[in-house]
Amino acid sequence: MIEAQKLGRRYGAKRVLRDVDLTLPDHGFALVTGPNGSGKTTLLRICAGLAVPTEGRLSVRADRAQIGFLAHEPLVYRELTALENLELYGRLYRVPERRERIGMLLERFGLWEVRRERVSSYSRGMTQRLALCRVLLHDPALLVLDEPYTSLDAQGADLLDAQLEELRGERTFLVSTHDPARVDRFATTRLALA
Amino acid sequence: MNYFADVRALARKDLLLELRARDTLPAMLLFVVAVFVVFHFSLPAGSSDLAAGGLLWVAIVFTALLGLGRAFVPEREQRVLDALVLAPCDRSAVWVAKSLATLAFLAAAELVALPVFALFFHGLDGATIAAFALADVGICAVGTFLGAMAIATRARDLLLPLLFLPLAIPIVIGGVGASVVASPGRYLAFLGLYDLMFALVCWAAFEYVVTE
Amino acid sequence: MGQVGRLARIPLPALAAASVVLVTTALAFVFFVAPNDQFLGFSQRIFYFHVSIAFTAYLAFGLGAWKALVHLWKRDPNADLESYVAIHQGVIFGVLVLVTGSIWAKYSWGHWWLWSENQLVLFLVLFLFYAAYFMLRYSVDEGPQRANLCAVYALFGVVLIPVSFLAIRLSQKFIHPVVFTRHGANFGGWIMVTYLITQAAVIVLAYTLYRVELAGKRLDARLRLLRESYA
Repeated sequence: MIEAQKLGRRYGAKRVLRDVDLTLPDHGFALVTGPNGSGKTTLLRICAGLAVPTEGRLSVRADRAQIGFLAHEPLVYRELTALENLELYGRLYRVPERRERIGMLLERFGLWEVRRERVSSYSRGMTQRLALCRVLLHDPALLVLDEPYTSLDAQGADLLDAQLEELRGERTFLVSTHDPARVDRFATTRLALA
Repeated sequence: MNYFADVRALARKDLLLELRARDTLPAMLLFVVAVFVVFHFSLPAGSSDLAAGGLLWVAIVFTALLGLGRAFVPEREQRVLDALVLAPCDRSAVWVAKSLATLAFLAAAELVALPVFALFFHGLDGATIAAFALADVGICAVGTFLGAMAIATRARDLLLPLLFLPLAIPIVIGGVGASVVASPGRYLAFLGLYDLMFALVCWAAFEYVVTE
Repeated sequence: MGQVGRLARIPLPALAAASVVLVTTALAFVFFVAPNDQFLGFSQRIFYFHVSIAFTAYLAFGLGAWKALVHLWKRDPNADLESYVAIHQGVIFGVLVLVTGSIWAKYSWGHWWLWSENQLVLFLVLFLFYAAYFMLRYSVDEGPQRANLCAVYALFGVVLIPVSFLAIRLSQKFIHPVVFTRHGANFGGWIMVTYLITQAAVIVLAYTLYRVELAGKRLDARLRLLRESYA
């Protein structure tokens, strides 16, 4: 699904990514590790389609409707409610049976009770759980998750574990983390950035 | 007709955000009335009515600028724009929706500003109202577009007026002309032409402003 | 890219030499060959340069917009820099339009600035617009995003030129009653020849400066990359 050769990325004079090769087959699970500043986020953004590499070649066999991206930021509107946020994304991604799916996800991630409250009133953990709902809403074939466990509370982390367990082998994953122990068992490919 | 559905969903989001925040529109109203008061003291005795009419356009342009500076703030904080760019919808839909929402606010501000102007200075004729309607479209289309460009930069709020004002000059010319001249048809047609040409460029180019 | 490819292969020294020759010839023609203007006298001669420089500035902005389009459309890696340099030249020559126009205005009509001169006002607006281009460029880190933003802005510029021109013409009706009626230019004989030579000289000079700046910037970029890969 993803084939990257000698991928590189510069921001001005600063080289953030250098000579990265990655092959991720369909339904694989790629785990990207590395210290802070090693370019994990940049690599994931490039694979998700938010940035272009300044060197090298990249081919991703998934279009925008099939990619779900979890960034450092939750990418939800703080002044809207969880329901309104998911409604918006649901419409943009043309999610079939939108209402049902939103309800199902909110319930699964323990946000059903607060669905009508503004995101600004949520805790960090809750906001991150909402972000996960956003990512899973359109059931993407390729899930690009940038350090998904940060900001998650214990309950959220367990929910995410369960979700990964359920979807591994059925979807393609590209996940970065600075704590590989938790997710290593899922990995079929490993990439360590310097 | 998916495009219109996207625009509707996005525009609804923008209107909802402003209704919740309730800060941009009141600020614009307060600003424009304050500017009118400043105008009163800037026009020495003997200044014609026409001078005040011309200054009205200045007031509206700067009030619009105030609102435009806030247009992409919800997307800018925490990079929510990334999520909109990732979505499978046409990127230009984001611009259309945001422009429509900004247009709604500008029109709402004018609904108060124009009568207040009539109260403080002098009445406005139909041609002037029509000119404002046409000019608003241009201001919002171009201003929203430039607002999206500005948020990608370091200078942001500093840059938007610099980018916007040169492009606003033809709008002011068209508007003042329509307000002042006996046969305003040519100026109104010009405003329509401006709107058409720049809306086209904005629509085609927005994709490149938000992607790499 | 075909015809520009051929232009780009003309060596720089040849261009520089051609510029010198043409500019000297133009100066000679402007001062010695062209006939004296019956209304404005000697001072009118600056008009040959004023018009030539204005036209060249339009060409430069047009080239900048064309390269911008090439960047967005074909993702040509050179196009962004070429667009920037073209616009830079356009602004330099644009400022010269304002300066020559101002000098002409002072000697012909006694004022350093005339709002009734459409060309001058247009260049003032364009100067504001393209000056903001540089503010934009320097406010974004180098990379694909900056190139995109600048390219889009350059395209806006090229739409703004005719729109502003029309607007300014319309504005003259209510800003100024037409006070200064300029004599229609008699473009006969030596006047035409002098103008054409001057125009050619300015275009070649501008292109030479464009190539010089482009070469310099490319060298800078390459040096930076080298320095960085050794870091």
